[in-house]
Amino acid sequence: MDKFVALTVDGLTLGSVYALIALGYTLVYGVLKLLNFAHGDVFMVGSYIGFGTLNLLGGATDLAVPLWSALVLITLAAMAGCALLGVVIERFAYRPLRDAPRIAPLISALGVSFFLAYSMQLLFGAQYRDYNLFAVPGNPLFLKGFHIGTVNVSLVRIVIVASAFLLMVVLWYLVNKTRTGKAMRATSFDREAAAMMGIDIDRVIVFTFVLGSALAGAAGVLFAIRVPTQVSLGFIAGLKGFTAAVIGGIGSVPGAMVGGLILGFAESYSAGYIDTIHIGGFRIWPEASGTRWTDLVIFVLLIAFMIFRPQGLLGRPDIKKV
Amino acid sequence: MSDSTPEYPPGPDAPVTAPAIGHDEWVARHVERRLPPRLGVYEQRLRQVPWWLWLMLAVGVACLLPVFTSSGYWRRVGFETVIYALLALGLNVVVGWGGLLDLGYVAFFGVGAYGYALLDSPHYGIHMWALVSIPIMVVVGALVGFLLGLPSRRLSGDYLAIVTLFFLQLFQTLATNGDQFLFGAGNVTGGANGLLNVDPIDFFGHEIAVSTSSGEFAIAYYFIALGIFLLVFVALRFVNESRVGRAWRAQREDPLAAEVMGMPVSWLKLLSFAFGAAVAALSGTVFAALNASVFPLTFYFVTLITVYTMVILGGQGSQFGVVLGAAIIWPLLELLRSPDDARVIFYLLLGLGLLLGLRLSWKLPAVAAALIGLGFAAHAVAGAIRDSWTAGSAGGWASGWVIVPEHLASWIPPVAYIGLIGAALGLTLVRGWARLVLVVPVLYLAAFVWENVMLAKPEPTRYIVIGLVLVSLMIVRPNGLLGERRVEIV
Repeated sequence: MDKFVALTVDGLTLGSVYALIALGYTLVYGVLKLLNFAHGDVFMVGSYIGFGTLNLLGGATDLAVPLWSALVLITLAAMAGCALLGVVIERFAYRPLRDAPRIAPLISALGVSFFLAYSMQLLFGAQYRDYNLFAVPGNPLFLKGFHIGTVNVSLVRIVIVASAFLLMVVLWYLVNKTRTGKAMRATSFDREAAAMMGIDIDRVIVFTFVLGSALAGAAGVLFAIRVPTQVSLGFIAGLKGFTAAVIGGIGSVPGAMVGGLILGFAESYSAGYIDTIHIGGFRIWPEASGTRWTDLVIFVLLIAFMIFRPQGLLGRPDIKKV
Repeated sequence: MSDSTPEYPPGPDAPVTAPAIGHDEWVARHVERRLPPRLGVYEQRLRQVPWWLWLMLAVGVACLLPVFTSSGYWRRVGFETVIYALLALGLNVVVGWGGLLDLGYVAFFGVGAYGYALLDSPHYGIHMWALVSIPIMVVVGALVGFLLGLPSRRLSGDYLAIVTLFFLQLFQTLATNGDQFLFGAGNVTGGANGLLNVDPIDFFGHEIAVSTSSGEFAIAYYFIALGIFLLVFVALRFVNESRVGRAWRAQREDPLAAEVMGMPVSWLKLLSFAFGAAVAALSGTVFAALNASVFPLTFYFVTLITVYTMVILGGQGSQFGVVLGAAIIWPLLELLRSPDDARVIFYLLLGLGLLLGLRLSWKLPAVAAALIGLGFAAHAVAGAIRDSWTAGSAGGWASGWVIVPEHLASWIPPVAYIGLIGAALGLTLVRGWARLVLVVPVLYLAAFVWENVMLAKPEPTRYIVIGLVLVSLMIVRPNGLLGERRVEIV
């Protein structure tokens, strides 16, 4: 039981970060019908911006401001930096290709992803970067928290999950309750018709990239306050993010949240339980091999969705009009 | 070099043929309706040379490689270029002809390499004849491609991209963790340490050594690869000119229309997937045999993007194009490893870029003179302010022109690099005089960054170049060097 609780907490922590990444994919896909492969690398850049800002503030051991304001500041810095990066990427890599065949912006996105990852490696090296928040005097983030049974839920996990859900609520408000959000939904429904109704499509698309990239930046910081970050992380995170978006139904905002959580749980439960599966007294996976095969589990999940529910959990089926 | 549309439209004097079934006049004549090509008459004449003459010429020149270089290193680069050309040919089937974005392509390369390594190595003690194991792996590769295509066959481009990219990740996971396999199968893939002591290719049991007695690359493998390349090129050519090839192109342009015409679209997609996978697996076997080892990380994202860049640069859909792409990209990447060669390439590309951008007008000498002048002036001023600012040991023969400080403060590389990107992107937004004036300092900044930041780190630099090529090609010339423009059917 304790193991189950611990894995659930872990899945929730992972899943809320995946959900934030998936939201970026789904927003851009909804408006542009484009899979933004560079999104994972924007996430990675966000975690680096957070790292740089933290060091500007004096580093974890010697913070110039209280811990809480430092966390807010680095998150805001990462969100702002990533939003800017997203706008630049959209303006220079995707906008010229808006009317090109579908495959062209996808390949351009691959190029951007590659360029970002290796530019970061060129400038900052390939070693792991740790925020080192353990070293904060008193170590409140990892030592405080509450207990469920014997399982310790540390404060840092609460911070991650709570901030992720707060950001999702803000996003939900922006998309559903504001004029710009209405314009976004209209554009995603039918771009041409929206343009004819007087919606400035370029502005809507830029706004979408600002939102998606800012979420990725926040996700980058939320991810990196718990585990070290590295330049090649963007690829894996991106892959997980859009798998989550597809499982939840790409183009659907609540779908991305659900998909992210499903992916997080799938990852943590498979890591914890996979080596305990027996069929007829025969152990399928070798002992203590859980984390090695989580990718396999997620792939099977993805294929299952592709076959049985290609539109995802909450997506609308794509009806082709002739 | 007419590609994909082999029959060139008849001239005005050609006898009028009766309309044939399955022959669309409108599509067949789309070449004529295009804008006249830049080099006009010459390009038209070159395009009229039959493809097999071009192929003979290309392979003939390639056969001369051992005459030009006796260095084992460069001969090996030649071999790798042929392998990459093979990979590009296979990817061209999927992306260029099938129109499918297959991001798991190099996994099949890995399937071929690992399969060969398992069938011909001491790992399981199996030592098959290469003439048996290679065909087996080609069939296995095609089957795996087919199986992967099955769940994705009804999906549009984006979903296919996701499933295949995840398949690549899965292959990576399996290969890296395969030393502790499912169902108690034990050590299958050797894990991160890979499989070692893979047999060389043999001819009915007579082994062909992978290196000469002095440890140099054995040129025989270059010719083996070249022979396979020739075979694959011709075979794929015939497939493309067949009914299947025409159907591929039809469903690429408009799957719905193709389906309505009674083409089995799903089947065609699977077929192009399987063809590509088979070619990749074939190249994998030869690659594994030459290296005598396989490692998981060889078959990952980096290789994938490299092959994609070759296909895009050469022109999707054009066989000669993608081979040309491979012949440009791989040697270029190898040259970038050495700072001296990389410097030469940078200044050559700078000159070429100026020539292409400004053409042969008075602007070209003006910008070039301003650039050279600015360099000498900046160097002299910086040297006068402080000696150490220009005392760096790098710079080579350009050391009197570009500023190379002896010691670089840690904030300079990020600021200079990001500033360069910002300036270059900004340059695309201004027009006319402003651009002509601004291009000079931007180019000088580029030279500064190249000499000070990028030359010291060849590994990321190579891939940054690839990413840049990919993005700028998609925007400036999506049809690549030799690719044809898509027929726009409105």
